[in-house]
Amino acid sequence: MDSYAYRHRHLLGIEGLTPEDITYVLDLAETYVDMNREAEKKKTTLRGRTLINCFFENSTRTRTSFEVAGKRLGADVINMAVAVSSMKKGETLIDTAMTLNAMHPDVLVVRHPESGAVQLLSEKVDCAVINAGDGSHEHPTQALLDALTIRRRKGKLGGLTVAICGDVMHSRVARSNIWLLNAMGTRVRVVAPRTLLPAEIEHLGVEVFHDMAEGLADVDIVMMLRLQNERMHGSFVPSTREYFHFFGLDEDKLKFAKPDALIMHPGPMNRGVEIGSTVADDIDRSLIRQQVEMGVAVRMACLELLARDLGNGPPIK
Amino acid sequence: MSGLRRLFRGARLIDPDSGRDMVGDVIVVDDRIAAIGANISADDLGPDVEVVDLAGLCLAPGLVDMRVQLREPGAEHIESVESGSRAAAAGGVTTIVALPNTDPPVDDVSVVEFLARRAREVRLAKVHTYAAATKGMHGKELTEIGLLAANGVVGFTDGVKAIADALVMRRVLAYARTFNQLVIQHPEEPSLGSAGEVTEGEIATRLGLAGVTPAAEVIMIERDLRLVAITGARYHVAHVSTAASIDAIRQAKAAGLPVTCDTAPPYFALNETAIGDYRTFAKLSPPLRSESDRQAVVAGLADGSIDAIASDHSPWDQDSKRLPFSSASCGIVGLETLLPLSLELCHNRHMNLIDVLRRLTVTPARILGLAVGTLAAGAPADFVVFDPKAKYRVETDRFRSKSKNAPFDGRPVQGRVELTVVDGRTIFERAAA
Repeated sequence: MDSYAYRHRHLLGIEGLTPEDITYVLDLAETYVDMNREAEKKKTTLRGRTLINCFFENSTRTRTSFEVAGKRLGADVINMAVAVSSMKKGETLIDTAMTLNAMHPDVLVVRHPESGAVQLLSEKVDCAVINAGDGSHEHPTQALLDALTIRRRKGKLGGLTVAICGDVMHSRVARSNIWLLNAMGTRVRVVAPRTLLPAEIEHLGVEVFHDMAEGLADVDIVMMLRLQNERMHGSFVPSTREYFHFFGLDEDKLKFAKPDALIMHPGPMNRGVEIGSTVADDIDRSLIRQQVEMGVAVRMACLELLARDLGNGPPIK
Repeated sequence: MSGLRRLFRGARLIDPDSGRDMVGDVIVVDDRIAAIGANISADDLGPDVEVVDLAGLCLAPGLVDMRVQLREPGAEHIESVESGSRAAAAGGVTTIVALPNTDPPVDDVSVVEFLARRAREVRLAKVHTYAAATKGMHGKELTEIGLLAANGVVGFTDGVKAIADALVMRRVLAYARTFNQLVIQHPEEPSLGSAGEVTEGEIATRLGLAGVTPAAEVIMIERDLRLVAITGARYHVAHVSTAASIDAIRQAKAAGLPVTCDTAPPYFALNETAIGDYRTFAKLSPPLRSESDRQAVVAGLADGSIDAIASDHSPWDQDSKRLPFSSASCGIVGLETLLPLSLELCHNRHMNLIDVLRRLTVTPARILGLAVGTLAAGAPADFVVFDPKAKYRVETDRFRSKSKNAPFDGRPVQGRVELTVVDGRTIFERAAA
């Protein structure tokens, strides 16, 4: 661990990370889990550093999680809700990036509704950029916090089988998890109606199922995905009741998984659409609240890693 | 009804499923065929056996009609489950599949359950239904294909409307594939002119009617075939009527796509000249085609490119047809002429009798996934007895259907239904003349 060096300036995705990278972040995050449970939660690791949360898409939990993470490490955290400011005024993404860059932030945490937008922005700024979700592409900190949650509960990642169920087509969470779990030797399945699966998803290293009974058979982890409201009423899926009947997680479908299988959901949940309340609130089997807790620890680890050796960049001319 | 035994003796047994074509007997116990073969002795069956002598007649599996409009719920004055089932029985049809274009449409489980209850009450032909592929058949949003399939729907279609939007069709196919369901398309690109008025050409031009290019059919089919290649869904084209369409389907089958199709008697028994002087009874959708397309339909049936013959039974009352040609409704009643018109293919030496019957029985049953259309021992006792030599003229005013809209009145035909049996029960028996 001492000789480890994170070789990237940004954290744009899980694709391209090595198992060592992932293990290092998870190990570092473990230390923050304990700290976050203490009364005294403040560190000075990022004192004097500036973190800007730059969200081009509405978010409460992810933005708050990054904000808490940054503040606990001593950084100055600024939240920008770009969706309601400059984009409305017609400013281009690159102009926004240049404007932010001129303020000399140390870390930009960026969420954007278009895939690839965070990478584009990262090429125009001098600071570190963390992708907090770009379109349907990646959401790396979510995959890392999911991995930490699983590892703490199951003691390992390799050798387990995880079923990712639901709207895989539009999910950045699914893609990041597929990359991460494959890197760590976990078997990954996706379970969804064909209208919610992107083409050739099996080439990403997953087994494809269209039936929950088959897809959940003998899995260790059932990871449910959120179905967006605009996709529930005929465009991709005919109705919420049909979706829940065939693809929603309830006690009956959970019986197909291993007896000790655990339930995850990146939130926010649609109860009665992709998940039933009985299983969502099962304190023995649902990890949904732990996922939120691990989110702060993982984001602290990511911030520390990226800011560790970061100067403020060359002066703007 | 335990122990009810009937011996149907001395008929020419024609079973396309097994290839059997021989004189012999059928024993029915309760609702099943118990035995079939040559010279089964009635003595072996005990005393209380009803013997039906069928010498000189043909006995074939009951016809499976995969395209019928019943108009119930919503327009019971035009046709109902009961009148449609009576027409089916008289036509030797033992299984019908209803289109979802009722009012309300069959796009919800409750309507499926209603139809199933009506069929149980009427208790004549077996009535199945398709459901709409899109809500309200508006071509936009998927219906609850999984739940509808779980409630016995045998396929998904927007009825007499094409699923026009390519993205919606792709999703219908992909979603239906998830549940291994059949999607049936009405093949007509609507932006080229819909409602199937008349086929573009000399006749339309002379009559001054807005013609629709026959390519509207193959354009839709070829688009769909690309989507089938992407999704792998089971796809069935209803009432193909042009040479180009049949070629496209033939090639798709050769390429291994899960594609089937049917046609209806008007498309091999008539051509566009039947419209004559604005005869609205000859207005249907797709419209009647040129003579060369008619011949292509015959050839497609003969070589198996066209899998099935369906009646495309489309009842309309006088008010819907006694209108200027452009305003009149499209369609022909067909249940009671399905067999004699199909037998013309045999009389005209285009096909063998057993192959004509194959397109009317076991092939549509297989496409629909129904365990009917066969005379195998153990199968449901659904069969038709017809006199292959009887010559008569079609009399539309004697149809059991509530609607009489057919351009075949007075047409000389050969081959008459004498007896129709469903689940061992006689549902039609021709009154002695």
